[in-house]
Amino acid sequence: MSSTTLGAAPVPAVPPKIETPFHRFVAEFAASPIAVGALVVFAIIALVAILAPWIAPQNPYDLAVLDIMDGRLEPGSVGGTGITHWLGTDDQGRDMLSGIMYGLRISLTVGAGSALIACLVGASLGMLAAYAGGRTDSAIMRLVDLQLSFPAILAALMILAFLGKGILNVVIAIVVVEWAYYARTVRGSALVERRREYIEAAQCLALPTHRVIFRHLLPNCLPPLIVVGTMQIARAIALEATLSFLGLGVPITEPSLGLLIANGYEYMLSGKYWISFYPGIALLVTIVSINLVGDQLRDVLNPRLKK
Amino acid sequence: MTVYLLRRLIQAAGVVLAMSLLVFLGVYAIGDPVEILISPDADQIERERAIRSLGLDLPLWEQYLVFLGKALQGDLGRSFVFNEPALRLILDRMPATLELAVGATVAAIIIGLPLGLYAGLRPDSAVSKAIMAGSILGFSLPTFWVGLMLIMVFAVQLGWLPSTGRGETVEVLGVRWSFLTWNGLSHMILPAINLSLFKISLVIRLTRAGVREAMLMDYVKFARAKGLSPNRVVFVHVFKNILIPVVTVVGLEFGGTIAFSVVTESIFAWPGMGKLIIDSINVLDRPVMVAYLMVIVLMFVVINLVVDITYTVLDPRVRLEGKA
Amino acid sequence: MAGTAHAAAGALLSALVLAPGGARAQQAALTMAVGAPVTSLDPHYHQLSPNNAAASMIFDRLVNTDHQSRMVPGLATEWRVVEPTVWEFKLRPGVRFHNGQEFTADDVAFTIARVPNVPNSPSSFAIYTRPIREVQVVDPLTIRFRTEMPYPLMPMDMSNLFILDRQTHEGAATEDFNGGRAAVGTGPFRVVSHRNGDRIEFERNDAYWGDRPAFARVNYRMITNDAARTAALLAGDVEFIDQVPTSDLAKLRGDQRVALSEATGMRIIFLGLDHMRTDASPFVTDNNGQPLPRNPLKDVRVRRALSLAIDRHAIVDRVMEGAATPSGQYLPAGIYSHVPGLEAPRADPDAARRLLAEAGYPQGFRIQLNGPNDRYINDSRIIQAVGQMWTRIGVRTAVEAQPWPTFIGRAGRQEFSAFLVGWGSNPEGSHPLRNLSATWDRERGWGASNRGRYSNPELDRMIEQALSELDDAKREKILQDAQRLAMEDVAIIPLHIQTNIWAMRRNLAHTARADELTRAQDVRPAAAATSR
Repeated sequence: MSSTTLGAAPVPAVPPKIETPFHRFVAEFAASPIAVGALVVFAIIALVAILAPWIAPQNPYDLAVLDIMDGRLEPGSVGGTGITHWLGTDDQGRDMLSGIMYGLRISLTVGAGSALIACLVGASLGMLAAYAGGRTDSAIMRLVDLQLSFPAILAALMILAFLGKGILNVVIAIVVVEWAYYARTVRGSALVERRREYIEAAQCLALPTHRVIFRHLLPNCLPPLIVVGTMQIARAIALEATLSFLGLGVPITEPSLGLLIANGYEYMLSGKYWISFYPGIALLVTIVSINLVGDQLRDVLNPRLKK
Repeated sequence: MTVYLLRRLIQAAGVVLAMSLLVFLGVYAIGDPVEILISPDADQIERERAIRSLGLDLPLWEQYLVFLGKALQGDLGRSFVFNEPALRLILDRMPATLELAVGATVAAIIIGLPLGLYAGLRPDSAVSKAIMAGSILGFSLPTFWVGLMLIMVFAVQLGWLPSTGRGETVEVLGVRWSFLTWNGLSHMILPAINLSLFKISLVIRLTRAGVREAMLMDYVKFARAKGLSPNRVVFVHVFKNILIPVVTVVGLEFGGTIAFSVVTESIFAWPGMGKLIIDSINVLDRPVMVAYLMVIVLMFVVINLVVDITYTVLDPRVRLEGKA
Repeated sequence: MAGTAHAAAGALLSALVLAPGGARAQQAALTMAVGAPVTSLDPHYHQLSPNNAAASMIFDRLVNTDHQSRMVPGLATEWRVVEPTVWEFKLRPGVRFHNGQEFTADDVAFTIARVPNVPNSPSSFAIYTRPIREVQVVDPLTIRFRTEMPYPLMPMDMSNLFILDRQTHEGAATEDFNGGRAAVGTGPFRVVSHRNGDRIEFERNDAYWGDRPAFARVNYRMITNDAARTAALLAGDVEFIDQVPTSDLAKLRGDQRVALSEATGMRIIFLGLDHMRTDASPFVTDNNGQPLPRNPLKDVRVRRALSLAIDRHAIVDRVMEGAATPSGQYLPAGIYSHVPGLEAPRADPDAARRLLAEAGYPQGFRIQLNGPNDRYINDSRIIQAVGQMWTRIGVRTAVEAQPWPTFIGRAGRQEFSAFLVGWGSNPEGSHPLRNLSATWDRERGWGASNRGRYSNPELDRMIEQALSELDDAKREKILQDAQRLAMEDVAIIPLHIQTNIWAMRRNLAHTARADELTRAQDVRPAAAATSR
């Protein structure tokens, strides 16, 4: 049920006029050229990530095609295997362009996957806490306290020690670390909203609880949730990078953007900037485009910004 | 109110208890402290002695009970590594971290609020767009990377600020503080900025979102219609309204900052709790890990309490009784 | 660059802050940063390199070691075997502790008694006192140790024990040392203050019996992040750092403001293999991912093939940036019981493939290579490089790197098929042999770090023979033969021996040590460097 929450949210929030709500939503979104541009950039990035195995010059995860003798080549050099490394190579002789394409796959999977799951889990629990109140609220909020006080890195270390390394495990670790933020945010705004007249009115009409929560309460709590959500995608990607920096993230032979940055970071002082710089740019562009789209979504979806 | 506070305290105790159990299990899952601490040429007899000496020969539940018994008497155990009471180690390091976290929070508010306010009031101006674009950098760049860049630019290239460490400290009330001397303060600037980057962005975005929303609210329209000066509208009516999410998040983030200062502290060699905990994790120094987390949990409970109380002050619609 | 002036100003400023004695203070004070934190000033609490480094500034041992790990007189001026089971040490007269107490044989007896009894010690020094059955104080400057069996390693064991004073340290707890009150030795520096995990401040012991250190005050800081440590040196916040990351070597070598000092270390980086299981090994499968019925690593031809597949020079050159020496044995050249002529195998992928085919694996097999990612220099990069090389001879290799706490626990439970570890040796062949390649034996205390559980009765016999041979020349011969045997049987696959590197501002000079210890008494102004 909760998986339909986000998609269903705008429907009741936007009173249908002449067009369908979807048309109206698209039209409002398209009002900002920057947001549309960001969406296009993001689409390209997503496409590159999806098509990486077919368009990358090299399979950077196959140790057999890497050669340390090609390590740390400058951008534009031709390696021993005859490939031109337009963005240079890292310390293992991995082609940076291919590494970034494959790394995007992993970073996007980890970032979007964990943020989405954490958002669903956190928002549901936060909403429940605010709406139910009493013992349920206390129980959930103490769980939130527990979670927020547990340093992310420690939690991730333990989870990854339990589960071993791997992309899925990183997602799980990040969800465990991040859900509480959503819960806390949603509860905060839901507490305010549920005292508002329209909720009381809905309750007076004896509408079923889930209907009140998901069709009335949630849409009105969405703006802060989207702010937090788009930031948390970025945060999830950055957290994954930090975990990789601490040696806990994805497997070293299948680097994400974060791990590429972390690996190359050690070479920054000696001027081999490309190992860290280009993945950094890729990460930056990805996150900026996600956020620009998210910003516009928030404005469009916010019922209170409507005149 | 007293009942409410009491209930929160009992709940806090429950959280602390659960936390200590989790850490016990967690450390057990990660690895064997003796294997890490012991010299590689120590033979089996020496290993067994070390295991006994650290109390790790008992079954896990018995170790936990021993720990609980001592904890009730205020003894959280001795660090495996330092052979000193774990709690004292943490409290020794706490001022450094608090100082850094406060510095980062202050920086976030001083920088973030005005920028966010501006971006919210003039959403279409080029400056606002630049502010918003800049704020994205704040939370998309990995902390460790920004930290090193700060050191490289401001310490290595420009030589304006010291690269690492805590610098001079002044002892006040038996605690060492570094913000009281220029030398100490200059050591604080880079790590505080590094730690606050994420929060600055957060404050900017929350403020902007809040302002934009508030400007469309009836009470603001009404206030404007009444002919109140724009300044008064912004600083009294709008400001009060947007403070709630900002206070919540900054409050939450303060705890988070303390808990997550790990990376910043290790890059800037800042001798705080975050550095202690990451070092302790690296050698599975369980007593320090447990004690640290208990301290952090207590701190969070207090912060959340303060945030909740601030809520009621700022927004009378939220009542403490309603959620007890 | 404009930064230079600022950096110099910064260095001057920090020097002034440290010693408010004016402009001359810059010469007298030294700020150094180490990469591994000193966790305790109790010299018997935790057997750990960084702690030993700090301890060797404060305390002395009966037998000190020079920069090439050769034994030199410390608090003992000479030592000899008086009976096959009795060692006698003549002590240095006129030595005083920092608090004025006189050093005598009774203090040595006190130290020997304290070592195995430090409460809560996670890794005590008791392994060095355990062979001693009886301590006999002959006179205030003569002490004898009686052992059960002839024991040739006594002086080496004594080179690991820091001597305390009975009057000062009777009943002293580890906390008293950490707080600085009990951190009182006979060494070249005394402790002024100690802040756990942050810094130790030292001042020179002007009454020191040995060479007078060049600096009157030393600020010994701990900066664990590699890049931050290099940056602190470049920014002039510290004047001397250890554990220079190999990725910064190129930059530092070209920097006019910085000088490097290097010494071949005693730490061998090697691959351990699963020798324990004869049936399926957990991370070895055939090319379809099915478990192999027999463990191919038990076949010496397979082990040789894996060793021959590795291009050690490429690893040293490309991954280590030259900061290591390829190795085919446990110890570096120039150290007692190094085997002359036993070179690092040259990479020969064709021969490796032939050996695999001979052993019945013409198509190779699959294996997972495990290793830590935060313990040794470039550890996770090395295992990836080895993975590339093994894959090229048909042994398709997956590589997994984990943080040390997780990794070492699993390695210690024999969970891996192939893994990378390191070993910091004492300068004596029996040390790595007994710990890494002797059959694991609780009672004898052998094979403590033999995580692959290699076992060869012939090798055990030779080690045993060496350990009771008091004649250094004869013992060296036995140890060399034993090492040759272990290497022929590929008990471990040695990769390289690390080079220890320190970096400092140009105006300083340093005597690089093979044993990795970073100590202020080894640093001096560069002008004085030529006189030594």
